[in-house]
Amino acid sequence: MNNIELIFPEIFISLSIMFLLILGVFKKDGSKIVHNLSLLVLLITAVITFNETLGVDQRTLFNKSIVIDYLSSFMKIITLIAAFVVLLISSSYLKTFKIFKIEYPILILSSVLGMMVMISSNDLIVFYMGLELQSLALYVLATFNRDQLKSSEAGLKYFVLSALSSGLLLYGCSLIYGFTGSTNFNVIASQFNANEYALTFGIVFILVGLAFKISAVPFHMWAPDVYEGSPTSVTLFFTMVPKIAALTVFIRFLYVPFLNLIDQWQMILVFLSIASMLFGAIAAIGQKNLKRLIAYSSISHIGYALAGLATGSNDGIQSSVIYITIYIIMNLGFFSCLLMMKRNNVYYEKIEDLSGLSKNHPLLSLSLLVILFSLAGIPPLAGFFAKFYIFKSVIEQSMYFLAIVGLLSTVVAAFYYLRIIKIMYFDEEKESYDKDHGLWLKFSLSLSTLIILIYFIFPSQLIDAVSKINII
Amino acid sequence: MNFPILSSLILLPFIGALFLFFTRSSNDNKITVKYVALFTSLVTFFLSLYLWILFDQTTSEFQFVEDRVWIKDLINYKVGVDGISILFIILTTFITPLCIISVNNSIKSRLNEFLIAILIMETFMIGVFCSLDLVVFYLFFEAGLIPMFLIIGIWGGSRRVYSAFKFFLFTLLGSVLMLVAIISIYWITGTTDVTQLYDLGIDVKYQNLLWLAFFSSFAVKTPMWPVHTWLPDAHVEAPTAGSVLLAAILLKMAGYGFIRFSLGLFPSASDIFTPLIYTLSVIAIIFTSLIALMQDDMKKLIAYSSVAHMGFVTLGIFTIQQQGIEGSIIQMISHGLVSAALFLCVGVVYDRMHSRLITTYGGIVTIIPKYAVLFMLFTLAALGLPGTSGFVGEFLILMAAFKDNFLVAVLASLGVIIGAAYMLWLYKRVIFGKLINTELKKMIDLNKSEAFTLTCLAIPTLYFGFYPEPLINTIEVSINDLINKYNYNLASK
Repeated sequence: MNNIELIFPEIFISLSIMFLLILGVFKKDGSKIVHNLSLLVLLITAVITFNETLGVDQRTLFNKSIVIDYLSSFMKIITLIAAFVVLLISSSYLKTFKIFKIEYPILILSSVLGMMVMISSNDLIVFYMGLELQSLALYVLATFNRDQLKSSEAGLKYFVLSALSSGLLLYGCSLIYGFTGSTNFNVIASQFNANEYALTFGIVFILVGLAFKISAVPFHMWAPDVYEGSPTSVTLFFTMVPKIAALTVFIRFLYVPFLNLIDQWQMILVFLSIASMLFGAIAAIGQKNLKRLIAYSSISHIGYALAGLATGSNDGIQSSVIYITIYIIMNLGFFSCLLMMKRNNVYYEKIEDLSGLSKNHPLLSLSLLVILFSLAGIPPLAGFFAKFYIFKSVIEQSMYFLAIVGLLSTVVAAFYYLRIIKIMYFDEEKESYDKDHGLWLKFSLSLSTLIILIYFIFPSQLIDAVSKINII
Repeated sequence: MNFPILSSLILLPFIGALFLFFTRSSNDNKITVKYVALFTSLVTFFLSLYLWILFDQTTSEFQFVEDRVWIKDLINYKVGVDGISILFIILTTFITPLCIISVNNSIKSRLNEFLIAILIMETFMIGVFCSLDLVVFYLFFEAGLIPMFLIIGIWGGSRRVYSAFKFFLFTLLGSVLMLVAIISIYWITGTTDVTQLYDLGIDVKYQNLLWLAFFSSFAVKTPMWPVHTWLPDAHVEAPTAGSVLLAAILLKMAGYGFIRFSLGLFPSASDIFTPLIYTLSVIAIIFTSLIALMQDDMKKLIAYSSVAHMGFVTLGIFTIQQQGIEGSIIQMISHGLVSAALFLCVGVVYDRMHSRLITTYGGIVTIIPKYAVLFMLFTLAALGLPGTSGFVGEFLILMAAFKDNFLVAVLASLGVIIGAAYMLWLYKRVIFGKLINTELKKMIDLNKSEAFTLTCLAIPTLYFGFYPEPLINTIEVSINDLINKYNYNLASK
């Protein structure tokens, strides 16, 4: 077994999960220590990933079923950091609902493990295994606030629909296996016969399954309900972390085995992208609940990330990775604000609850203003650059229609972001919210706002970081 | 590397805004806050005057150029000025301190934030006129939406939300197509650097679509008929300082964009689309003048007159003659001064009577004589009386238009007459006539700061009316060079 050090992060995180489970069982009131240790585990895993794998050239392990390259290491680090921040800022929320239990960090860790397996997968079976590992943990997380009807409903809905999509995905895998004789991406690439229509069906089924996981239109129906019903800290996790992994699989699945079939899948991706951008923007206009709104907004943002993937170029992949990174930062900021809207141990999540926020909480509303303008893609904030890179790579491939529809839907999307700003700044104030927030919550809000604000001064750093991603 | 004077100009107001952000606002330090903002904007103004002194009028090259790598292998942060842009920078830095002085009682809440918004706006506006890279230009052009949206939305009148949204979404919709065009230019030519693009030229087969994409953005911003409808709403609801910034500077971004980008980058498309611009300009001049005639809200009337004046500007630009473009730039500068002054004049009476309706007023000439005199001056400047800066611009534009197209020029001249009609009629109804509303007797004449700001605007209006040489000298060489290049490109097609 050479190269075993390349999967040290996965080994470390799975051993830690087992250890933490045992610790949690035997130690009374161990939730706090398990929580803190999980934070440490995520941090250490990120450091190991950074040290052991970030610099290496592309390597494969376990009979080429796991691949370690720059893309996988980069996405893993983002996943770990995002999960770390989620865990960091969710403790006060969980305590309020009395669900500060040992299972929460452990479930997050195991879903992160599943995602890391997904990100590194170079084989349909390994990919499916990782997907199920993360999904099972996510179902439980969605129902975590089990005393609330909405949370149970969210979990059930998520479970049923996700199982359906997994079934489709599996069927697609079996078709591909049937017509190429292998589940390994590289072998598939060398074996497939482009004239087999059944193979195209296989690709379509897998794409449908993946589109379910990242909630791209028209497979998005579960997202608003699940996002609304789940506990807010879990919603935060849902809106970002599983999407990183699913997007990586999207990239690897489309570009490693099936790049030559780009004529077949490009149309599908363009459709998914346009439908997501437009639908997400239009459907969000009527929303009253902030979590539902952010669900539609995340659908729309995924549309932009898919637009980058639809180009079939390395530039496109890189721009999608940049997009998802910046989106995560904006999302963290937005949810930090949402987690601060608390008064007398009740969390508020209606849009009207933001009314006149700027009078009582000038700094909080200023941060939210910056984040919203950035989500809307107004320069000079980070969100603009994310869109700029996407459209740069889209126009490079002369896909003008996609670019113009995408940009027009930013105008529609701008409307509902502006509506929130209007409610915060132009409307009458209500009672003020609690001001004694946890240090980490404040920290994550100010850090994400600051990054969004000053991104334009150092735009090259992120580009340099992703420019090493080389799939084609 | 010399002292980066342009970057300093861009950054100074921003630093002032940062400073204000970190001072906690309370009732005691309202005056201090205002002085800080005023001081910053005055320093910026003097720096820009110093820039004008250093500016070499004999060359059409870009001067004070700064070129730094911004996004590696993609975009350079490049700024510089030539004769066309420098006047707009000075106009911006000149109007902003006057705006800040005019903020006295009209802004009741959150003065600190208001001044921050204005200073940040100034940063973006200077950036627009300096930038020599299409992406940098777009960045500043769009970024200006944020502070303006807040200025209208937070401190505006009763229908402020509607107006702020309309302003934001109209402008954004126009601009996104420009972004597509900018990225396309990058892929067609491999650069977004304006000076390189001038040398390279853009393939004729792409020009028409690209021109239209830029046009969609500039037409909304100018605003041209029929996408002008956001302007009256935005003007009416914005607080006085906001209206002043909007009318005096924001509208000029588009006129500047037409000259710099539409003419400079797409000569053959500009040639093809000139009839379109002529038609829209003439419609804007006559149609909106007629609308202005029927307004009963003073701010709305001035807003419509702005659309008509900008119609002259676009007409002048697309005559593509020395006189026409010079006239357009002078008309823009003059309109910047005069419309700013007119909005301030409306602000003065609005602060006292809280009404913008013309019918509220009448017969106030004896009550507030100083005001009446200054208002008179600006009314006459707006209708283009010889001796005011408004005349020089309109005269040059019409002269160029007569050379090019007799019918268009005749129709545009008709607009001048209607313009005189609505301005004089406005003046007559507000200032002269019988004093019916007895409330008006309590009005007090201009206070010191109001008199100061209006006088500051009156001096250049008159000075450049009698002696436009400094303006023309500054822009002449650059425009000459622009037209030569334009004709050369057109001929080599």
